[in-house]
Amino acid sequence: MSELLEILDMPFFRRALVAAALIGFTNGFVSGFVLLRRSSLTLSALCHTMLPGIVVVVLITGALTQAGAFMGALLAALIVGLGSVAITRNTRLPQSTALAIFFTTAFALGVLLLQYVHTSQNLEDWLFGSILSVSDDDLKVFFAIACFTLLSATLFMRPLLLTLFEPNVAAVQGVGVRWMNYLLYALMIFALMASFQAVGPILSIGLLVVPGAIVSLFTNHTRWLFWGGGVVGCVSAILAVIISIPLNIPTGPAIVLVLGSLFILAYFCSPNYSPFKKSQIN
Amino acid sequence: MSKCSHSHTQGQTHELIIKNLEVAYRKNTVLEGINLHAHCGTSLALVGPNGAGKSTLLKAIAGLVKQSQGDITWSGENNVRTRGGEFAYLPQHEEVNWDFPITVRGVVEMGRYSQLGPWRRFSKKDDLAVERALALMEMDGELANRQISELSGGQKQRAFIARAVAQEAHVLLLDEPFTGLDRDHTANLTRLLRKLAQENSLVIASHHDIHTLADIFDDVMLLNKRVIACGECQSTLSEENLRLTFSNMANV
Repeated sequence: MSELLEILDMPFFRRALVAAALIGFTNGFVSGFVLLRRSSLTLSALCHTMLPGIVVVVLITGALTQAGAFMGALLAALIVGLGSVAITRNTRLPQSTALAIFFTTAFALGVLLLQYVHTSQNLEDWLFGSILSVSDDDLKVFFAIACFTLLSATLFMRPLLLTLFEPNVAAVQGVGVRWMNYLLYALMIFALMASFQAVGPILSIGLLVVPGAIVSLFTNHTRWLFWGGGVVGCVSAILAVIISIPLNIPTGPAIVLVLGSLFILAYFCSPNYSPFKKSQIN
Repeated sequence: MSKCSHSHTQGQTHELIIKNLEVAYRKNTVLEGINLHAHCGTSLALVGPNGAGKSTLLKAIAGLVKQSQGDITWSGENNVRTRGGEFAYLPQHEEVNWDFPITVRGVVEMGRYSQLGPWRRFSKKDDLAVERALALMEMDGELANRQISELSGGQKQRAFIARAVAQEAHVLLLDEPFTGLDRDHTANLTRLLRKLAQENSLVIASHHDIHTLADIFDDVMLLNKRVIACGECQSTLSEENLRLTFSNMANV
C-alpha cells in the first residue's frame, strides 16, 4: 500500500493521470459522433492499417520517432481508405468488403515486416501505448486537442447533428454538409492521435467506440452521448492507470479492458436493454 | 396569411423556372430537356413510372444532384446556397439514421435550423411553429415524446412531414408524401397540402395515385425522363398522355 502511495507521488505518474483524463475525455466525447455516424467498423479497419505504416517507417528510417510513426500511420490509413473508396466506385463490392480486404492485407504485411525490425526502442510501446512515459509537451498537445474538440463540437453541434441524421435534408436547410463531414473526420483523427500514446494504434479504437456505446444504453438524449461519453472515457482511463500499477499490467490494454468490462456491466444493468428485465415494448 | 406577401409587390409572385434541365448519373441520362414554370400559391404533382426521374427532379430542384445541363432559378436566383431557408425537402427514408436517439419533437425541431442557424436560441415563435406542425400531422401529445425508432412506418412519415412543415418554407419538395399513410391521415395531408398552396407556398410532390391527383393538386407534370405533358390536372390527364407516360417505349 505504501508502495502505491509512493508511486502516486511520482511526477511521471501524475503526468500519466492527467494524460489519461484528457485522452479519455476527448475520445469519449468523440465516440458519440462515431456511434451516430456508424463508422466504428471503418475506423477499426483504419487503426489496424497503422501497424504496417509504423513498421515501414521504422524500416526506412531505422529509428522510431513520434513524428515518424504518426506520419507512417496516417499515410497507411490514407492509402487503405482511399484505395477502398476507389475499389467501391469501380466495382459492385460494398465498401466494407473492400476495406476488409485492404486492411487485413496491410496488417498481414505489417506482421510479416515486424521480424525485420531491429530497433533499440521498444516497438511494443508504440503498438500498445505507453502512457507512463508521456512528457510535459505531450500533455500540452493532449490539452490542445481536448480544447479543439470541445470548442468546435459545441459551436457546431446543431449542424453536425443535422448532417449525421439526414445529410440531404440538412443540405437543403442550408447546412454546409461537406464542411461538417470534414470536421467530423478531423475530430476523429485528432482523438485517435491522442489515444496513440495511451493505448497505441491498434487498441485506440476501443477508446473511440466504447464510451458512447455505454452511455447510449442509458439515455435517449443525443447530447448525453457526448458529455456522458467524455465522463465515462475519462473516469475509465484514470481508473485503468491506477489499477495497472499494483497489478503490474500494461496500461494500454488495461484501459480497453476496463472499458470493455464496463460495457458488459452496463448492458446487464441497462434499464432499456438488460436481458434480465422483461421487455416492456411488447 | 400569405407568407411571401411581404417580399414582393402586389400581384407579383415568386417563380420557379427550370430551363432545359438534364441530369445524368455516369452515362445514364435520367432527365433531359425538362422545362417548368411554377409559381408560389400552387401545387404540382410529379407523375410517372418507376425510374422516370421524379425523385431526381425533386433533388435537382433542392440542389442535391449535379445537373449536366440547364438552369434552375427560384425568384430569379440560381445560387443553391441562398435558397437555404426557402426550400423544405422530404426525402424517401432510406438515408435516415433510424438508430439516432431522438424524439419526434426533436426531429421536428430540426426543421427550424433554416431560421435559427447554428447558434440562435429557440424563441416562442419557433416553439409555436413546432407545436403547430406536430398538431397538423397529429403527432402531438404522447407521440411527440416517442423515440423515432419506436414509430410505425406511417408515423415516421408524418413526423418527417411535420419537420418539413415546421420549416415554414416557401417551396416544399415532397417525395411520395402519402407513402404509408392510412385513410384518415391521407385525407388530413390532402387538406394540409391544399392549405399550404392557398397560403402561397409552392408544393411540388411526386405521387403515384392518379385517381386522387385532382383532389390534391392544381397541376400535374407527366414525367418519363422528359416532360410528356404539364398543366392543369383535368386537361393534362388524358388517356393519350397517360399511355405515352406509362408505355415502355419511353423507357428505351
